[in-house]
Amino acid sequence: MRLILNRLFLIFSSAAALVGLFFLAWILFTLCSKGLAGLSLSVFTNDLIDGGLRNVIVGQLMMSGVATFMGIPVGILAGIYLQEYGGNSKTTEFMRDLSDVMMSAPSIVIGTFVYAIVVVPTGHTSGWAGVLALFILMVPIIVRTTDDMLKLVPTELREAGIAIGASKYHVTMNIVVRYAKAGILTGILLAFARVIGETAPLLYTSGSSEFWSTDLGDTFPSLTVSIYNLATMPDDEMVQLGWTGAFLLTAMVLVINLLGRYASNKKRR
Amino acid sequence: MELIFKKLAQFSASLVFFILAATALVLYLSARPAIEEFGLSFLFESRWGVEETRLQPVLSADQAFDEVPVIEDSEDVLLDDDFIDDEDDFVGDDDDESSGDTRIVYGALVPIVGTLFSTVIAMFFSIPIAMGIAVFLSEIAPKMVAKPVGVAIELLASIPSIIYGMWGLFYFGPFIAEIFGGNTVSLLVAGLVLGIMVIPFMAALSRDAISTVPDMLKESAYAMGATKLEVIKDVVFPYAKSGIIGSIILSFGRALGETMAVAFVIGGVYQFVGKVTDPTNSIPVVLANSFAESSGLSLSVLFYLALILFAMSFIVIAVAKFFFLRRK
Amino acid sequence: MIFKRIVALGFVGIALATSVQAAKIEGTGSSFAYLAYKTWSKAYYDETGHQVNYTPTGSGSGIKEVTARHVDFGGSDKPLKPKALAKAGLIMFPSAIGAVTFAYNVAGVSDLKLSEAAISGIMLGTIEYWDDVLIVHDNVGVKLPHKKILFVHRSDKSGTTFAFTYYLSKMNREWRKKFGAKKVIDWPSSNRIAGKGNFGVATAIKSNAFSIGYVDYADAKKNDLDMAIIENREKVFVKPTPASFEAAATYADLDPKKDFYANIAYPPKGYPVVTATFVLVPKEGENSKQVIKFFDYALTKKNSLIEEMGYVALPKAVIKKIQGYWLEKGLK
Repeated sequence: MRLILNRLFLIFSSAAALVGLFFLAWILFTLCSKGLAGLSLSVFTNDLIDGGLRNVIVGQLMMSGVATFMGIPVGILAGIYLQEYGGNSKTTEFMRDLSDVMMSAPSIVIGTFVYAIVVVPTGHTSGWAGVLALFILMVPIIVRTTDDMLKLVPTELREAGIAIGASKYHVTMNIVVRYAKAGILTGILLAFARVIGETAPLLYTSGSSEFWSTDLGDTFPSLTVSIYNLATMPDDEMVQLGWTGAFLLTAMVLVINLLGRYASNKKRR
Repeated sequence: MELIFKKLAQFSASLVFFILAATALVLYLSARPAIEEFGLSFLFESRWGVEETRLQPVLSADQAFDEVPVIEDSEDVLLDDDFIDDEDDFVGDDDDESSGDTRIVYGALVPIVGTLFSTVIAMFFSIPIAMGIAVFLSEIAPKMVAKPVGVAIELLASIPSIIYGMWGLFYFGPFIAEIFGGNTVSLLVAGLVLGIMVIPFMAALSRDAISTVPDMLKESAYAMGATKLEVIKDVVFPYAKSGIIGSIILSFGRALGETMAVAFVIGGVYQFVGKVTDPTNSIPVVLANSFAESSGLSLSVLFYLALILFAMSFIVIAVAKFFFLRRK
Repeated sequence: MIFKRIVALGFVGIALATSVQAAKIEGTGSSFAYLAYKTWSKAYYDETGHQVNYTPTGSGSGIKEVTARHVDFGGSDKPLKPKALAKAGLIMFPSAIGAVTFAYNVAGVSDLKLSEAAISGIMLGTIEYWDDVLIVHDNVGVKLPHKKILFVHRSDKSGTTFAFTYYLSKMNREWRKKFGAKKVIDWPSSNRIAGKGNFGVATAIKSNAFSIGYVDYADAKKNDLDMAIIENREKVFVKPTPASFEAAATYADLDPKKDFYANIAYPPKGYPVVTATFVLVPKEGENSKQVIKFFDYALTKKNSLIEEMGYVALPKAVIKKIQGYWLEKGLK
């Protein structure tokens, strides 16, 4: 009896795993077959108005890039504070938990928040509003990874630094952060991958544009928002373009993720 | 330098707290007109955007019609334009401003119920599968299989949710409609797409929790003649319990606030479902669809909804954090 | 090293971000007019390099956003009364005429005929099945299934919904009393789903069997949807074709003195569910002049482009009136 049950259980969990993997494989297969079908050079050389994706890809990268650029110092500094200065006090723990809660906040809610504080007062959607929404989304992720990575730094290193008379600032920047650099970089890449695929917080903060634009003060082209719009169009060509966009977006996210993995593996070796 | 650095770091850390507080505050302030208009009964009101007579609530619809003079059957009268509602005569004020003896009623019950139901369906679907994957990866599969599949699962967890939504609309929805009947967009499709979306996330977290179980414990159980099932049931799960429950709650929170995977497939109709294959609505989808066109009270109502969603996810995440995922 | 590279990248980003852009105009609103504006915008861009970015968010959004001056022009299929225009400081003119069709998805049924009684019954929710006597009556010899009718409507505030319910209100007394003409309706039908934008409705009809919904002709045509032949005011069944729309459009009374305010549905002859789509522009400002320039170009030079898509181009006489109206408002 026990053995039969055991057998059944093993079959069940393997089957469950297979079912799950089946759906995920189905998604990837669809994505590749539909996405590759529409892939051509013109996708990268034309803007959306001419049936390409150049402006929206660049727009998405720019918004995510600027958000990351702003998020890196804030996130890393906050992580350093929690680990190096905060100690184990109640307040530090509380801040840590809040940051984690923030990390899981629905992204659409972040979008409504930015809409209220940027779009309503300035009167129009803009790239900066999109950047701010992505920034808010990614800071807690960087905080969390920095915090975790610094925790792994052996205390002896810090003590050694202090012993030779270095200031806390020097110890932190030159010894501790240097030691944890690869891990932090991975965290940043993962955070970047996370925000680059976000749609909900951009829907009514950046909006999207069919034209080339590098002016973040204006309604800004976004790949994800455009995919959302294209996918619901009745025009087969536009839906096809949406799939191509979806494929490229996923490819970007996966490549960035793999880079992140590679960075952290290299360090371990 | 030292001091500046410390202050800067402290400021950055407080910024996170500040943003969280500001989000709650701004949402509350923006939602205030709606909160004052509808109060807490907003949560239990199922009508959305329906005009209601404010002063004569006792009047039934039929009675109200009786009071309208019956229009003569001549063509000329029929072709008058007086029946057009004049809402846009008040452009510049508010498209939806309640005027005189009628007001427009908004209620959150349909989207709240839709959000909860779709999330619950997602959980029922994803928990067994994600647990199966986690157990399979950590206890059953040989290393050669477990490693690449594990990495694949983690990568899949990072696929943008809009991809799941698109796939749901074009492939999975029609597939479900074929099997269960009904429409290609429905509560069921939304719930299942959400479920599939959180599977990799939940599986990866649960596997991590399971892998924290010391080999020593498992080996001693095997040494006593326990089967795999018994080891997993009596040793692995109890040991990794809080991590696994935490992963489930985090996935629940993620499904609760998900917009894009659901927006394509839930149907966007303000009505309760009679059966699971009916379309309905969820809070994130209402927010995504209606923000651009709303103003005044109807915009404030959306902020009220956002506040409710924020509170719901805050509670879920807080529970997960404070009870199950306390970091050492 | 890596950090430095990221910093450098960031600066490049900022530098790009602040570089100056050529003039462009933003519009939003009616999804009914989207295909027309997009076509015009592309031609205008290719020829002049000026950018007109139009997002189809629905007429409700178009009215709201241009009133708040968030965009340079708004598109709406629901005309605003002169009083409302004055209050919001806007001017209004039509840009094209189009039709709303009953698009449906029933396998094997291609030339469905719907009488006014059948349409009323479906919309009021009293006809629930495809093989209802009122539908069968006009479709002798067609095999209609005993399946529930799935009604597809708009989820957003829509000018198409307004035009459609305006038609229903003119055609049916009960509808007029109970619902009237609005951008959003609490639809009485029990078996229904919603789509965002005309294309959302078109897509929903395409992917759900036994559905019917109201979609603008251009979107329905582009999507190869079957469109019902419907009874008009003369009690004649008319097919939705550009010719029947044009027959209806001749009754449109577009008068610059009233800021072109007109609801043109349910004319004496021709296809009954027609509507003009309007452009709302702020009275003042340099950008308003840019908007006028764009529409002047579109109406005088590129009307043939949208006729191919199934819109009815405004008659030459009306375009003359519109140009006069622009001059009078000092925007041309």
